[in-house]
Amino acid sequence: MTDLGSMLFVFVLATFIGLGVIRRVSRLLYTPLMSLTNAISAIAVVGSIVVTGADHPLTIRILGAVALFASMTNIVSGFMITDRMLKMFKKQ
Amino acid sequence: MIHLLGELSAVLATALFIFALYWMNDPKTARRGVIAGVTGMTVAVVATWIQPEIVHHGWIVLAILAGFLVGVPLSQVPLTAVPQRTALSHAFGGLAAGLVGTAEYFLWLGGPATAAVQLTPFRMSALVAEVILGFLTFTGSLMAAGKLQEVRWIPQRPVTYPGQNVVNIGVLAIAVALGVLLVLNPGAPWAGRAFLAIAGLALIFGVLLIIPIGGADMPTVISILNAYAGLAAVAMGFVLNNKLLVTAGALDGSSGLILSIIMCRAMNRSFTNVLFGAFGKAQPAALAAGEQKVWKQETVEGASQLLEQARTVVIIPGYGMAVAQAQHKVRELYDALTKRGVSVKFAIHPVAGRMPGHMNVLLAEANIPYSALVEMDEINPEMPQTDVALVVGANDVVNPAARYAKATPIYGMPIIDADKAKTVLAVKRSKNPGFAGIDNELYVQDNTWMLFGDAKAVLGDLVKQFGGGGIH
Repeated sequence: MTDLGSMLFVFVLATFIGLGVIRRVSRLLYTPLMSLTNAISAIAVVGSIVVTGADHPLTIRILGAVALFASMTNIVSGFMITDRMLKMFKKQ
Repeated sequence: MIHLLGELSAVLATALFIFALYWMNDPKTARRGVIAGVTGMTVAVVATWIQPEIVHHGWIVLAILAGFLVGVPLSQVPLTAVPQRTALSHAFGGLAAGLVGTAEYFLWLGGPATAAVQLTPFRMSALVAEVILGFLTFTGSLMAAGKLQEVRWIPQRPVTYPGQNVVNIGVLAIAVALGVLLVLNPGAPWAGRAFLAIAGLALIFGVLLIIPIGGADMPTVISILNAYAGLAAVAMGFVLNNKLLVTAGALDGSSGLILSIIMCRAMNRSFTNVLFGAFGKAQPAALAAGEQKVWKQETVEGASQLLEQARTVVIIPGYGMAVAQAQHKVRELYDALTKRGVSVKFAIHPVAGRMPGHMNVLLAEANIPYSALVEMDEINPEMPQTDVALVVGANDVVNPAARYAKATPIYGMPIIDADKAKTVLAVKRSKNPGFAGIDNELYVQDNTWMLFGDAKAVLGDLVKQFGGGGIH
């Protein structure tokens, strides 16, 4: 129960922070915003690392490795393309 | 000690992620956000990797290398292809969540008896949610990416059939019902098969969800899939009891939610209407009333004279401009006009392009300063004082019929008031109606002049008319 309670607590607070912060994001930057949040939510990579690297049966670790690959792709391409787009925004 | 380090780095990573998003409030600070994000991610990955339970390192290294091998080329796609790449990354995010969920469940199921204790109803519900959201986001986003990339075997047109919503909701309902059964009996002899069935149904549901959706609704659909991908990460955090995952997923989810709301509002649609309305299904254009007016064609010379005499010009770009690769010619025209002291602004409709903010990125790539890019709500009050509105490759977002023609699919959609400008110049490739299949009466207004032809060629000629005013 404490598990459930504290996790839901974190979820609700994080959602409110998210709504507050995202609402202030410049409307010019919605496309880079999406690729940035994409890369950030690929934090799922930590779950994949545990599944892949712990002492589990082989099939489980294969699933983990594929998930790890997918998350890592999102991290690399997400951050790189965000930066590539942001570089293009010049004031004058 | 090392666990404490893990917990502390999770807190640090959370703070860095929030700062990353916060810095996106201004293009000047936005690149700092990327640095914060990369730092947070690196900290989190290293802190997880050094934990004592990680004993096999070879596969982790391989998977990370493979991620780089695929990720780097994916970040170099042309900017017109960014929507596809985004959809593809939602797909990867969903896949990762679905796979980790599956792995975790079978670990618990096949583990020692003590492990079954961990399968509390709460955790089992989170697992079911993770797998359903993850796999439906995976196939749904793949379909969306395929449609955007115009892959041959994925139909571009919305695919609809009678009873479609019943079938869709039915598939989802069976998956959820199986999930409830699993939550009640997580260790039953049939549980493994039921779990796989849920995964399979979620994969099917993702496809069914996207096939009735047409191209014009892609900005909304991508945003909704973004929210799903975030929620899948949240569910994964619940399963793994990992607060960092819950936080990052919630940030992603709320971003997707806000963008979805903005996109829906910009098209005057509700969520349910986008997901279950089978829109894009071209309603018969019922604009028969009134006599058929004809458009007036203008020559490049005439248009350039109009622009020369103008003091304020508003350019209204649509995706057609990007299709014709005319951004750089638009920039040359912008340069030529500003050199003559003409005030030039760009009016950006929220759904211009194929994902939220797409048009801004396309124009920024052509070196148009972002101070010249103005949102619809800000430019509309200025339109009546504007000397020339130049429409390039936009159609439905400037169609006055959206204000009153109830029978058309675009009715109620907020538009850029191009028709209120003193003179309208519209560059259009063909004389056919736009995506929504409705005639655009802007083109037959008394103060509108049409320039037919490829946008790049027409604008190139315009720039030349200014006597080599364009640079390059």
